[in-house]
Amino acid sequence: MALPRIPQSASRILGALGPLLALILVFLGFAAAETLTLEPGRRAVFLTPDNLRAIAVNSGAIAVCALGMTAIIIAGGIDLSVGTGLALCATVLAVCLKENWSPVAAIAMTLATGALLGAINGSLISALRVPAFIVTLGTMQIYLGAGKLLAETADGAATVRPNVTTQVPPWLQGLLSTREHSLWPNWQTGQPAVDQLINWMSYPWGIWVGLLLALALSVVLRYTVFGRYLYAIGSNEATARLCGVSVPLVRIAVFVVGGLFVGLAGIYQFSRLSSGNPTSGLGLELKVIAAVVIGGGSLNGGRGSILGTLAGAALMSVIASGCTQLGLQNPLQDVVLGAIIVAAVTLDNIREQKFRTA
Amino acid sequence: MTDSLPLLEVQKISKRFGGTQALREVSLSCYPGRVLGLIGENGAGKSTLMKVLSGAHRPDTGQMTLDGELYAPNGPHAARLAGVAMIYQELNLAPDLSVEDNLMLGQELSSWGWIRRKAQRARIQEVLAWLGHPDLAPEKPVRELSVAAQQLVEIARALISDAKLIVFDEPTSSLTQHDTQRLFEVIRRLKAAGRGVVYISHFLEEVRTICDDYAVLRDGQSVGQGCLADVGEAQIVALMVGRSVQELFPCVPHVPGKPILSLRGLSGRRSPQDVSFELHRGEIFGLAGLVGAGRTELLRTVYGLDAVRSGSVKISSQVTRHHPAARMSAGLGFVSEDRKREGLAQTRSIADNLTYSDLKPYHWGGWLNLTARRRAVEHWMQKMQVKAYSSEQAIGELSGGNQQKVAIARVLHQQADILLLDEPTRGIDVGTKAEIYRLMGELAADGKAILFVSSYLTELLAVCDRIGVMQRGTLKEIREAVDWTEEELLNLAVG
Repeated sequence: MALPRIPQSASRILGALGPLLALILVFLGFAAAETLTLEPGRRAVFLTPDNLRAIAVNSGAIAVCALGMTAIIIAGGIDLSVGTGLALCATVLAVCLKENWSPVAAIAMTLATGALLGAINGSLISALRVPAFIVTLGTMQIYLGAGKLLAETADGAATVRPNVTTQVPPWLQGLLSTREHSLWPNWQTGQPAVDQLINWMSYPWGIWVGLLLALALSVVLRYTVFGRYLYAIGSNEATARLCGVSVPLVRIAVFVVGGLFVGLAGIYQFSRLSSGNPTSGLGLELKVIAAVVIGGGSLNGGRGSILGTLAGAALMSVIASGCTQLGLQNPLQDVVLGAIIVAAVTLDNIREQKFRTA
Repeated sequence: MTDSLPLLEVQKISKRFGGTQALREVSLSCYPGRVLGLIGENGAGKSTLMKVLSGAHRPDTGQMTLDGELYAPNGPHAARLAGVAMIYQELNLAPDLSVEDNLMLGQELSSWGWIRRKAQRARIQEVLAWLGHPDLAPEKPVRELSVAAQQLVEIARALISDAKLIVFDEPTSSLTQHDTQRLFEVIRRLKAAGRGVVYISHFLEEVRTICDDYAVLRDGQSVGQGCLADVGEAQIVALMVGRSVQELFPCVPHVPGKPILSLRGLSGRRSPQDVSFELHRGEIFGLAGLVGAGRTELLRTVYGLDAVRSGSVKISSQVTRHHPAARMSAGLGFVSEDRKREGLAQTRSIADNLTYSDLKPYHWGGWLNLTARRRAVEHWMQKMQVKAYSSEQAIGELSGGNQQKVAIARVLHQQADILLLDEPTRGIDVGTKAEIYRLMGELAADGKAILFVSSYLTELLAVCDRIGVMQRGTLKEIREAVDWTEEELLNLAVG
């Protein structure tokens, strides 16, 4: 019996668009602040294609990693090992390239490593029946150690550096590069007016790949049985079990998916640094989780959105960029970011209240 | 009603949440030394009224007086200070703290910040003795106590804070008959001591036993109140549902057929123990027993959720893998007793909850056809008369009765032949109960087999073909329903 009423979809859409709205507001806020404080004779840089590119590129690895984390958090899990995991993947890629593997094989190996790391996490959680938080707290340390061991044995150094001119192909270097020849679409071809428009839309191909995967993942979450089961397990594991869902299998699967994204984030990281350093991911896991939480993901499971996560990752990058432009020191950026995380979680709690009183 | 002045007077309280008017000019009075039964279907506004009483919600209009003074608490603590104590259906205790610490939490007897253990013990012993339960050990952690004992701790806490008015919300929903009697004894003592009691319940028989006055809520409005001695049960039911209920237990004729589920010496980890019986097509088989007698465990073991130690489960004389997925495809369907924690994913939509157990008809290679699914879900919502705005509404926003309809619709949707229903009518309103009894009869007439666990003996006797009694994990005795009386069932269950 459907009663006539505008359903609460309005509030749901607002909930999903909230992070995006926050992103736009913060962005415009910084642009306005810059205009107001601009010294005469200097050009505003915040609202330029170059700055947008820099913001996108800076959040690339975290955003890609956060896509996988969104799926894991929706399923009621968490993965603290993504930071050291992605650094380990970057190290694997560096070692493979240094050993003169073909770049494609090296990338395949990196993604496989990521999937393996995820499979280890998921299997341990399912087999030992220990909370994901604890298991991945342990594997975070293990992956760090494994990365260091790999760098030591393969290269004898803390950081593995393949030869940039001979061993790293240009397309891999250009994955997140903002140099003109790495951008797509390339704007130096047509009419000046059209060029200007294209200039606003030109990003390195890593960004496009990330967006494509984000789209694919959100479709999977909404339109596949697997996606529905993730929400089911995160919302109420007992219900899922009651309905015949194989909870351990789905859990391993979601961690493998998360691991693939970790592998990809490792490739991004390598492309930015041109080297593999096992310690380069320390602390990143918290930024990745922050992106998901700012984007409306609930650490209680059952809720989270891809669009929100992307907005969350971008928001952190925008704040960093904006604070730099305004000449605010680093510590202040951290304070602003922390305040935004707390605000996001508070909003999330208010939304959840609805179910507690019902 | 009485000559004395009311202890609590609620005057024209209204409360609105967004588009729904939860309470509309509700008025009622509660007198000292009398028990007021607050009755109403689920969603009638009882919980909201209780939250207004406890200070969790503020009324939009109207006011309350307590002992002649204006009573407008701004939170649970203010309510407690004013002398109003709430005993919720889901108890509010810290499970790891001892009985003593729970009792004194927030009202510790202390000097200079140091707890005066001796004085506390003395006060606790005094209150427990007064309640007629001096045997409760104050040093025991609360999680080791039975539900009934935990409830007693809550009542004792209210007494220590010297509450004038004690509000019970469905206090017997998880108590056995025996414990219910002991609770009633305690309530009678409270009454004799001149305290006011508000007793919220669905169970009319209980209300008749323990209450002096009644107040009926329907759709957020007071529709009747007065002295219980002056009205009959049929009148109250009519007030609650807003129409005369011809029969609370509609009878749909059905004839048991061939056996479909057979258990041979089935034992689990602790319970069930060595349970054997056969369930027939077109049969409603009732399982009576105390809470903890192993009825839920029996259903869970049959369904493949709990481990089997020995024995066998055969469905249509076939043995299947011991896993819910395998049992489901063999034709079993399970409705959990705990909708919140197990039965339903509260934050997900009606559509998701209804189809989780069987998404096969709507996907091709893992990709869902959401339009087809929505059409099917709407069909089931119509059939089960689920009241909701849309199939995408989160299930946690529905009333208990509507949630239960979705939980049952799920096993029907997955085309189960054998329905394992664990307390399917607990915590839902009279009207929905009648609908569920009718549905069970129709399903049996349709050739489905139903295993029906209930602690409500009246409904077991009215609905079932056969009833078995479980006690400490074993199935004691099975008889035709007509050959049992409530006393016999109870005696065997208590053992």
